[in-house]
Amino acid sequence: MLELLSGFVGELRSAGLPVSLTEHLDAARALKHVPLEDRDALGVALGATLVKSAGHWPAFETAFEVYFSARLAPRAQAGEEGAGDVPPKGSRAAPRSCPADAPPDAAVTPEGAGAEPMSPTELASLLLQAMRRGDPALAAALARHAVDRYAALELGRPVGGTYYLHRTLRHLDLEGLLQRLLEAERHERELTALEERLIADEYRARIAALRKAVEAEIRRRLLLDRGARALARSVRQPLPEDVDVMHASREELAALQRALQPLSRRLAARLGHKRRHRRDGAPDFRATMRRSLSTGGVPVEPRFRHPRPSKPEIFVIADVSGSVASFARFTLELMYAISAQFSRVRSFVFVDGIDEVTHVFERADEPGVAVRRIMDEADVVWLDGHSDYGHALCEFDRRWGAEITSRATLLVLGDARNNYHASGAWALQGLRRRARRVYWLNPEPREYWGSGDSILAEYAIHCDAVVECRTLRQLERFVAELA
Amino acid sequence: MKGAGRLEGGTFGSIQEVREGLGRVGYVADERIAGVVYLARRLGKPVLVEGPAGTGKTQLAKSVAEMAESRLIRLQCYEGLDEAKALYEWDYRKQLLRIQAEPSAPSWRALEADIFSEDFLLTRPLLEAIRSDEPVVLLVDEIDRVEPETEALLLEVLSEYQVSIPELGTIRATRVPMVLLTSNNTRELSEALKRRCLYLHVDYPGLERERDIVLRRVPGIAEELADQVARIVRSLRSLELRKPPSVAETLDWARTLVILGIESVDAASAADTLHVLLKYRQDIERAAKELLAADA
Repeated sequence: MLELLSGFVGELRSAGLPVSLTEHLDAARALKHVPLEDRDALGVALGATLVKSAGHWPAFETAFEVYFSARLAPRAQAGEEGAGDVPPKGSRAAPRSCPADAPPDAAVTPEGAGAEPMSPTELASLLLQAMRRGDPALAAALARHAVDRYAALELGRPVGGTYYLHRTLRHLDLEGLLQRLLEAERHERELTALEERLIADEYRARIAALRKAVEAEIRRRLLLDRGARALARSVRQPLPEDVDVMHASREELAALQRALQPLSRRLAARLGHKRRHRRDGAPDFRATMRRSLSTGGVPVEPRFRHPRPSKPEIFVIADVSGSVASFARFTLELMYAISAQFSRVRSFVFVDGIDEVTHVFERADEPGVAVRRIMDEADVVWLDGHSDYGHALCEFDRRWGAEITSRATLLVLGDARNNYHASGAWALQGLRRRARRVYWLNPEPREYWGSGDSILAEYAIHCDAVVECRTLRQLERFVAELA
Repeated sequence: MKGAGRLEGGTFGSIQEVREGLGRVGYVADERIAGVVYLARRLGKPVLVEGPAGTGKTQLAKSVAEMAESRLIRLQCYEGLDEAKALYEWDYRKQLLRIQAEPSAPSWRALEADIFSEDFLLTRPLLEAIRSDEPVVLLVDEIDRVEPETEALLLEVLSEYQVSIPELGTIRATRVPMVLLTSNNTRELSEALKRRCLYLHVDYPGLERERDIVLRRVPGIAEELADQVARIVRSLRSLELRKPPSVAETLDWARTLVILGIESVDAASAADTLHVLLKYRQDIERAAKELLAADA
C-alpha cells in the first residue's frame, strides 16, 4: 500500500500539485485510521492530507480514480465482467430516430440491461426511463452498455479516452434526451415556468451524472488495459491556472472563467494591501524634527512621508480576432475586475479596424457581461476581418493618440500575426515617446514569436517589455507587477 | 499522537460515528466533512476549512465542540491582529501595582521572578486553548484576514501545540485541542500553514444534503416545501449571479416561507420573498427573469 501511495504522490506531483514530504507522511499516517477497502474513506483521507487547494481537487480526483478505483471497485460495480471483453464493433447505428413516447418497458431490471444486446432504440428508451425515474443503478448499467456498444475502444493505444467519451456521448445524444424528457413532462400536465425550470435542472443533474458514469466506465476499461501509471499520464489535466488560454477546450475555458473571479478578488486584496502598507515614502524632515524633541533634539527615529503611489491610467488595446480572442477576453475582464487599482481603464479592441469599448464596461454591472457584449457591439472590421496590427495602431494613434500622456500605460494584447500587412511600427514608436510605459502581452509561446507572419520583433523594439502570457498564472503575475 | 486518545471515546470511533454525532447536534455532515473531522482527531492535526461564505464553516466548529462536549474558544481574525491579542500579554498595570505596593524595595531578582509569573499573564485565545484543562475546540475564524506575516504566529501553536514565552519558558498543551481554521479564500494562505493542516473544502451542498439541512434547522417545515426550497436554490446557483445564495440564506428563506404560512412556492410567492435569498438588485432581477419568466 505504501508503494502504491508513493506512486500516487509521484503522479500528483507530475500533475503540478505541490505535495511536500510532510504531507506524504501525513497521508501514510492517515491511511492507518481508515478502512482501506472503503474507497470513499480512502479518498477523504488522501484528499485531506495531500490536496491543499480547491483548484487542485479535479486533478486529484482524476488521479485518484485512476490509481485506486479499479483496485477498490465501488459497491455498485463489483463483480462485473472481466478485462478482455472487446466491445462489438460495427454496431454503431445512431439511436436518434427514437420517438419521444417510446413505450415504457419497466420489466427490464438493471442486471438484464447489462447482459443482453439491445437495439439502439431499446437502449434509448431505457435511458429515457432511467432518467425519468432517477434510477442510478439502471443508469450505471446503461452507461456500461453504451460504452460496450459505442465507444469502440481500441485497446493498446496511448490515448486518454476523451475521444471515446465523445463518441459514446454523441450516440447517446444527451441534449436530445433532455428535450425528450421535458416534452414527456409537458405532455403529462401543464407546467408553470418555475416548475419547468426546476424539472429541467433536475434532469440536467441526472444527465450529468450519467455522463460521469460513462466517463468512469471508459477510464476503468482503459485502466484494465494499460495500467495506472500509463493511463495517469494520458489523462493528466493541467491545473486551471496552467491551462494554455489559446488552446483551451470549451470545458477548460469554463474552468478558467470560474478561476478568474477568485483570482481577481485575491489580486485586488493583495494590491490594496500593498498600497496601504508600503513604507518606502520619502523622508519627512519636519516630522522627524518634531519627533526629535522628545529625545532632546537628536533625530533617533526618522519619519517618512506616506507614500502616495500614483495610479496608472491604463489603455488596453486588444486583438479580438479568432485565436487570440479568448485571451483578450480574460485579460480585459481581469483588468476591469481590479480597476479600482488604476485611476482609469480604457479599452480598445481591433481586428483590422479599431473601436473604443470603454463605455460597454461602464454601462454593464459586471465585466463578464460586458466582455460578452463587446464582440457584438464593437465595430472592429475595416476591410476583410483579418488581423491588421499596422492599420489598427495607426488608427489608434490618429484618433486617440492625443490622449496618451505621461501617466498612461499602454497594454497591447495580441500575437502580432499581421497577415503580411505593413507593420505600422512607427505609430507605436510615437505612442511610446508620450506614454509612461508600453507593454506587449503575447499569448503565444516564446518559441513561436517571429515565426510565420508574426512580426513581433518589429514592435518589440518599441515596447518596454514583451511578456509571454499563456496562462492565468502568468497573467496574474504580470498584472500584480503593473499595479 | 500522544494525548489524542482522551477525547476519542464513543464519538470519534469511526467516520460513521462522527457523522452521526454531528447529526445529533443538528449538523448535516457529508462523508468528507465527517471523514476530515475524524482524521483530525485521530492524527491530532488542525483542519483548515475553506469555502464560500455562508456554507457552515463556523457552524462546523461549533457543532464539533457541542458534539465532543468541549468548550469552544474562538479567535476572530482581522487585519492588524498581533501577538498581544492572539497569544498572551503581560498585565503591566498589575505589574506596576505590584512594584509600588511594596515600599521597601526587594531585590530585583526576586521582584522580576515575581512579576513575570503566571499571575501577571493575560491569556489570549491561543494560549488559553493550550493551557485549558478541560477539552477545548479552538476556532480560528477567517484566518485569511490577517497579514501573511501574522500567520507565522500560529505555526508553533498548530504544529507543536505549545507557546514559547521568553520570561516563562515553553508552555505545552496538557491535551491536544481540536483546532479548526476557517478561510473565505480572499487570499492564498502560506504553504507553511497549509502543510500543517488537513484541508477541507466546504462547497454549497448538493440537493439532498441541502434539503436535510433545511429540514433539520427549520422547525415546522413540511418535507415537500423543504424539497422545493432546495430545488429552487439549486437552480438559482446554476445562474451566473454575483452572489449565489448561501446555505444561511436558504435557511432564512425557508423560515420566511414558514412564517408567512406558504405551503408551496409558486412564482408569485417566490418573487415576493426573493430578497431574503439574494442581496443584489441585479441578481434579483436576473433570477426573476430566468426562473419566473412567464408569471412574473
